[in-house]
Amino acid sequence: MKLRVYLTFDESTVREPLIWKLGKEFNVVTNIRTAEVKNHMGLVGLEIDGESDVVEAATAWLADQGVKVAPIEQDVIEG
Amino acid sequence: MNIVRALKCRECGQEYDIQPTHVCEFCFGPLEVVYDYEKLDGYFTRELIESRPQTMWRYKELLPIEGEPSVGAQNGFTPLVRAKNLEKALGVSELYIKNDSVCYPTLSFKDRVVSVALSKAVEFGFKTVACASTGNLAGSVAANAAAAGLESYVFIPHDLEQGKVLGAGIFGTRIIGIKGKYDDVNRLCSEVAGKYGWAFVNVNVRPFYAEGSKSLGYEMMEQLGWKAPKHVVVPMASGSLCTKVHKSIKEFIKLGLIEDNGTAVYGAQATGCSPIAKSVKDGTDLIHPVIADTVAKSLAIGNPADGFYANRVINETGGWAEDVSDQEVIDAMKLLAETEGIFAETAGGVTLGCAKKMIESGKLPRDESIVLCITGNGLKTQEAVLDAINKPRIIDASLKDFDALAEADGFQAAA
Ligand SMILES: Cc1ncc(COP(=O)(O)O)c(C=O)c1O
Ligand SMILES: [Zn+2]
Repeated sequence: MKLRVYLTFDESTVREPLIWKLGKEFNVVTNIRTAEVKNHMGLVGLEIDGESDVVEAATAWLADQGVKVAPIEQDVIEG
Repeated sequence: MNIVRALKCRECGQEYDIQPTHVCEFCFGPLEVVYDYEKLDGYFTRELIESRPQTMWRYKELLPIEGEPSVGAQNGFTPLVRAKNLEKALGVSELYIKNDSVCYPTLSFKDRVVSVALSKAVEFGFKTVACASTGNLAGSVAANAAAAGLESYVFIPHDLEQGKVLGAGIFGTRIIGIKGKYDDVNRLCSEVAGKYGWAFVNVNVRPFYAEGSKSLGYEMMEQLGWKAPKHVVVPMASGSLCTKVHKSIKEFIKLGLIEDNGTAVYGAQATGCSPIAKSVKDGTDLIHPVIADTVAKSLAIGNPADGFYANRVINETGGWAEDVSDQEVIDAMKLLAETEGIFAETAGGVTLGCAKKMIESGKLPRDESIVLCITGNGLKTQEAVLDAINKPRIIDASLKDFDALAEADGFQAAA
């Protein structure tokens, strides 16, 4: 499956090559579609392609590294 | 007359045919409905609009449906109130309240967005509509779907308060409570939206849905006597309403329906969930997602999809953004009720509370016209003010007891 997510990096993660590591750790194809990186923060629109369970494990790993993983719609639960 | 041209990516400008989709395939940017306004030249006049029924659909050429609405044909056209008492309380000279706390049929401005989304969904041929919501949106989707004979699914966090569940459940919708952390619940909703062939109002039909908010702005300008205010204060969750009020003003100017009054747009949030207000105050356009913790549940969107664009509107128009504590929200709800007789929900307390703060700080001038957008009804968030209101004084069923009480209040019996 192909998952489309926004990753938010904060001060502690923004300098880490986490998307490169992700490709090493998991059998997924990553495709950056948009990115904005500043000193204290980074925002990356990423496509992650692979077997469903691998993609799921890959996103869980990103979250464990301290990256916020959100669907490209961001918050869909409204008031 | 249909003047809808396409869906257009707000980031890279790529255009797409009108279809139920919401993000750009190339850059993930959000899609927005764009129009060929020239087609309305000489046709879409004040007189034409005024000749139509008083609903949000009197501006239908500027809403992205074909022909007549099939859902929510009676929605919108709420009162615009000159708030004389509140003017005195705040020390300002010209203040109005756009009162969507009485929006038909479910008492919030969500009836505007939902009627556009569902009308479009019917046009696209959907039989089932859905949303993920903790309150206003759930009730509006459920009610409008019921009236239109559509099937509906409403996704909520499993531990939502009884009253909120009731507000959607009464309409016979299928309610699904989801267990888990907010982010996981959110992700599931996005996955469901992608997987089932439904019109998920704030996902795959979001570009159409969001346009419905413009009707609040159109009404505001018509009701001011075909004029935009100098300042308008808007509550922000995703930030969509803020951007669409601005779009409505720009459209009316472009169509020659009003003069450009240099309207500044102001955003209001609760401090416990203020990612957009913070970005404005910090002078950045990057929005830091937050974990929401506020009494203003209807505005509790920690990772707002339109935050960046709301920030831009506020900056470009010379407005500002503010945030207020839960206590300030409650105080403002009481102030609005006691001065104007309007019982707004917590989001209304946020809007008025932020306006008050910005008047005091000088961000909002005291001598120019201001409109406050009050977007939901207080009967839906009673728990917020339960402890803040006067309790009844209890007496026996005896006239003597009441006489004593009235005397203490300074009243004499009539002779
Ligand atoms: C009462 C009320 N006001 C304002 C908003 C803000 O809407 P938006 O997401 O367009 O910023 C909401 C959204 O849920 C709401 O329920
Ligand atoms: Zn794009």
